[in-house]
Amino acid sequence: MQWETVIGLEVHVQLATHSKIFSGASTAFGAEPNTQACAVDLGLPGVLPVLNEQAVAMAVQFGLAVHSDIAEVSVFDRKNYFYPDLPKGYQTTQMYHPIVGPGDVEITLEDGSTKRIRIHHAHLEEDAGKSLHEDFHGMTGIDLNRAGTPLLEIVSEPDMRNAKEAAAYLKAIHSIVTYLGISDGNMAEGSMRCDVNVSVRHKGLDVFGTRAEIKNVNSFRFVERAIAFEVERQIELIEDGGSVVQETRLFDPERDETRSMRTKEEANDYRYFPCPDLLPVVLDQAYLDHLRSQLPELPADKRARFKNELGLSAYDANVISASRDMAEFFEAVHNECGDAKQAANWVQGELSGALNRESLSIANSPISARQLGELISRVLDDTINGKAAKEVFQALWNGQGESADAVIDAKGLRQVTDTGAIEAMIDQVIADSPAQVAQYRDAEPEKRGKMIGYFVGQVMKASRGTANPQQVNGLLKEKLDALL
Amino acid sequence: MYEKTLTQLAAALKSGEFSSRELTAHYLQRIEKADTKLNSFISVTAEQALQQAEIADNARANGTAGTLAGIPLALKDIFCTRDVKTSCGSKMLDNFIAPYDATVVEKLSAAGTISLGKTNMDEFAMGSSNENSYYGPVKNPWDLTAVPGGSSGGSAAAVAAGLVPAAMGTDTGGSIRQPAAFCGITGLKPTYGRVSRFGIIAYASSLDQAGPMARSAEDCAHLLGVIAGHDGRDSTSVARGVPDYVESLDAPLSGLKIGLPKEYFGDGLAPEVEKAVRDAVKVYESLGATVRDVSLPHTHYAIPAYYVIAPAEASSNLSRYDGVRFGHRCDNPSDLIDLYTRSRAEGFGEEVKRRILIGTHTLSEGFFDAYYTKAQQVRRLIRQDFLDAFEDVDVLMGPASPTPAFDLGAKKDPVSMYLQDIYTIAVNLAGIPGISVPAGFVGNRPVGLQILGTHFAEAQLLNVAHQFQQATDWHLQRPAFAEEYA
Repeated sequence: MQWETVIGLEVHVQLATHSKIFSGASTAFGAEPNTQACAVDLGLPGVLPVLNEQAVAMAVQFGLAVHSDIAEVSVFDRKNYFYPDLPKGYQTTQMYHPIVGPGDVEITLEDGSTKRIRIHHAHLEEDAGKSLHEDFHGMTGIDLNRAGTPLLEIVSEPDMRNAKEAAAYLKAIHSIVTYLGISDGNMAEGSMRCDVNVSVRHKGLDVFGTRAEIKNVNSFRFVERAIAFEVERQIELIEDGGSVVQETRLFDPERDETRSMRTKEEANDYRYFPCPDLLPVVLDQAYLDHLRSQLPELPADKRARFKNELGLSAYDANVISASRDMAEFFEAVHNECGDAKQAANWVQGELSGALNRESLSIANSPISARQLGELISRVLDDTINGKAAKEVFQALWNGQGESADAVIDAKGLRQVTDTGAIEAMIDQVIADSPAQVAQYRDAEPEKRGKMIGYFVGQVMKASRGTANPQQVNGLLKEKLDALL
Repeated sequence: MYEKTLTQLAAALKSGEFSSRELTAHYLQRIEKADTKLNSFISVTAEQALQQAEIADNARANGTAGTLAGIPLALKDIFCTRDVKTSCGSKMLDNFIAPYDATVVEKLSAAGTISLGKTNMDEFAMGSSNENSYYGPVKNPWDLTAVPGGSSGGSAAAVAAGLVPAAMGTDTGGSIRQPAAFCGITGLKPTYGRVSRFGIIAYASSLDQAGPMARSAEDCAHLLGVIAGHDGRDSTSVARGVPDYVESLDAPLSGLKIGLPKEYFGDGLAPEVEKAVRDAVKVYESLGATVRDVSLPHTHYAIPAYYVIAPAEASSNLSRYDGVRFGHRCDNPSDLIDLYTRSRAEGFGEEVKRRILIGTHTLSEGFFDAYYTKAQQVRRLIRQDFLDAFEDVDVLMGPASPTPAFDLGAKKDPVSMYLQDIYTIAVNLAGIPGISVPAGFVGNRPVGLQILGTHFAEAQLLNVAHQFQQATDWHLQRPAFAEEYA
C-alpha cells in the first residue's frame, strides 16, 4: 500500500513591537517574572485594551509579502476559557474576520526545485503568560510578562506532503518574517512556535484522513522528527486495523515521540464572540500602498535575482537568500569585488566556517563586507595568491589591520609577478638542489610532472609565499626542461 | 446648605458664602447621621474629602479654582479609585483596591471636585432595585419601605436625601434613569462613547455608559462638561468635541418637535405614571413645543435582545474574577478547579451567577447564532427605529419606568424585575442619550419623565429638561427624610 502524508502548519510568530498588543508594557524577553505586566496585562477590573498600531502594520506587511488579500475590515474576538496564565479568562484573537486573507509562499526543496504552499489566513492575537511548575514546591507560579505579547498566527493550507516540505515551509516563513523585521524569529526563545496538523491517506485518494494536531514543535529539526514519528504511528495504527482519532498531541523531543493531550470530545467550547472593547480595524488603500512601498526585497525575489542576474547556482542562491543578513552581506561583498561567484564562495565558505566556529551571527562578523570584498578584489587582480588570501582573512578576522591592503603591505604578501625576480629564485633553487635536478633528469617523462612540485614548493618558500604560483610553475618547467 | 443645587453651591463657594471645607463637613455629618437608615454608601472617605476641600479652598483663595472646585460628589462603587476600595457591590471585590483612577474620577479631581465616598449599587450593576448588593439594600428616602431603583441606587438615594449634591452613576439598561426617577432626581445617560469607560468595572461593555445624577438638568450640564470627551485609554470613546452644555440650557423651546412613542404608553404602564407624563408633555406644549405620536415598532424585542447581549458580554467580562490574582479566593483550594469554582461560587451573588449562566449558554456552540447573532440583528433594528423617529421629531418623551418605586422585597421573580427596564433598555441598545427628570408623584413616590435624543444630542436634552425645570418645581421637592437631618 502506498501512503501519502498531508501536512498543514500553524505558525505563531511573536511580533517585534516595542510594547504589547493592547497595552504599553514592554515586550523585552527575559525580565524578572511579572515586572513587565501592567494593569491591562493583569486583567484588573475596569481596564481596557488599546490596539498597538505597530502590530497591525507588521501583520499587513506579512500579508503583502505572501501575496495575501488584506481585509478592509478585521475584527477582534474573545476566545473564552479559564487558565491561570490567561488573566482575563479570555484570549483576544481574530476568529471570524482575520486581518490577512489567503496568500501563498514559495518553498525551495533540497534539490533546488520549488513548490507553492497556500496560506489560508493569518490573524493577530495576544499571547498568554507562562505557568511555572518547578521551584514552587507542588504549587504553580504564574509569570505574566509574556501576557499580551502580539502574535501573528499563520495558518497554511494542508499543502505539504512530507516532513522536508514542512521544514522548508517553516524556514520560508522564518525567512520572510526576519526579512520584514517583524520578528526576531528566535525559536529558542519562543519567538516562533509551530503546531503541526498531520494525516495520512492512501495515495491517489482525494479525501483527507483524520488528522492529529501536534503542539509544541519548536525547531526546524523537531518539525521533521515529530512528523516522522506521527506518520509512522498513524500508518501502523491503520494497518493494524485501527483508526486515527482527531486529537491534540504533544511532541516530546526528549523521547522523540508524540503523546495524546486531549481528544476532540474533550475540546473546549471557546464561546467566541466579537470583543466589545475594541473597534473593528478598518484599513484603507492608501495605508496598504504606503506599507507596500516600504517592503524590502523579499527572499524569493532575491533568490531569483541572484540566480538569473548574478549567475549563482540555485543552491547558492537559496542558501544565501535564506537570511536577510547573509544576503545583504553577500551583496555588499559583491558590490566591492564585482565577482558574484567568488563573493558567494567566500561568504559561504571561509566566512561561514569562521562564524560557526565562534558561534557568531553574520550581523556580528568581525570582518566587514567591505574588507572581505576588497580582499577578494586583491585575489582577482593577482595582488595576492589564494594562500596569502587566507592569511589576510585571518588577520582581518583577528583585527590586525584596517583593510586587506594594509594587511598585505604589513605582512609583505604582495604577490611577486616580476619574471626576473622569480627566475632568480628559480635559478638559486636549481643550484641548491643538484640531487633533485639529477632525479628529475633521469625520470620517465610522464613522472616529471609530479616531481616538479618539489621545486615549486622551494621557490614559494624562498618567496615567503608571495610568488605567483602559475608563473613559478611555467618558468620552472622551462628551466628544468632546458637542463635535459 | 444641603437644600441647594450643585449650581447654587458653586455660586455660593465662589461668592465666599461658605468654604468647601464647611460644605464638605456639612455633608459628611449628614451622611454620618442619615446613612445608617439609607445604606447609600459603601465607603465614606471623610479624611480624604476634607483634605481635598482644603486644597480647593486654597485654590479659591489663589484665584485658580474652576467653577466646580470644592463641590462634594459621590461615586458609584463601580468607578475605580486609587487607594480606595472599589467593590462593585460584590463580595468578590470586597478586598479590591485599584492602583488607578477611572478617567471620570481623574477628570472630576482635575476639576477640583471632592469625593465623599463610594455609593452602594446592585452587584456588578446587575439589578433594578439595589437589592442585589453584597452590602445590603438601599432605601428610598421618599419612603423607606421602597427601593431606590438600580443599579445606581446608592447614588440616587444619597442625592435625593441631601447627603451629597450630585453623584456619578452608570447606565447599562436604565441604571441611571430608573433610580433617578424612583428618587425624584435628574439623571443623564450620555451617548455610548461620550464618556470614557476606562476604570469603570465592566458589566456589558457595548452598553455601559457613565453619567451624572443630580438635582437639576443644569447640575447635570455642569458635570457632563467635566466628564465627557475622548480618552486614548478607551477605544470606544468617540473623538468629538465637547460643547458647552451650560451655555445652551436657556435656548427657547418654541418649535420643538416632541414624539410620544405609542409603545411607551401601552399595557403595564401605571395610569398615575401615564398621567404625570402626559401632564409634563402639556407643559412643553405651553412652552411652544408640538407633540405627535410616533412608533418604535421593535420595542417589545428590546428586553429579550438585551438579556442575550448583556449577559453574553458579562459572562466574559466576569471571567477575570477567578481567585488567582485579586478579589475573593476560597480557603484551602484542593486544586485548580476547586479554586475556580469555590472562589466564584462564594464571591458572586445569585443575580450575577444567573446572568453568567445565561451568557455562557447563549455563547455556546450550537446556540450562538440563534441567540447572540439574532440579538445583534434585533439591536440594529431597534437602533434604526430611533433613527427613523428622529427624522420626524427632535426628542422622544415617555415614562422612565412603568411604575413608581416598588416596595423592598416586592419583586421576587427575576423576569418581573427585568420588565422594569422596558422603557430604558432600548436606549442602551441604540446607544442614544436619555435623561430622566422629576415630573410628579404617585402618593409620596416620585415619577420620572424620560426624554430621549439622537446620538450626541446631550446639549439638546439638557436644554429641554432645563426648560421644564424652569417651568415646574418637581425637581426642587425634597423628601421629609432629608429635612429630619437639617
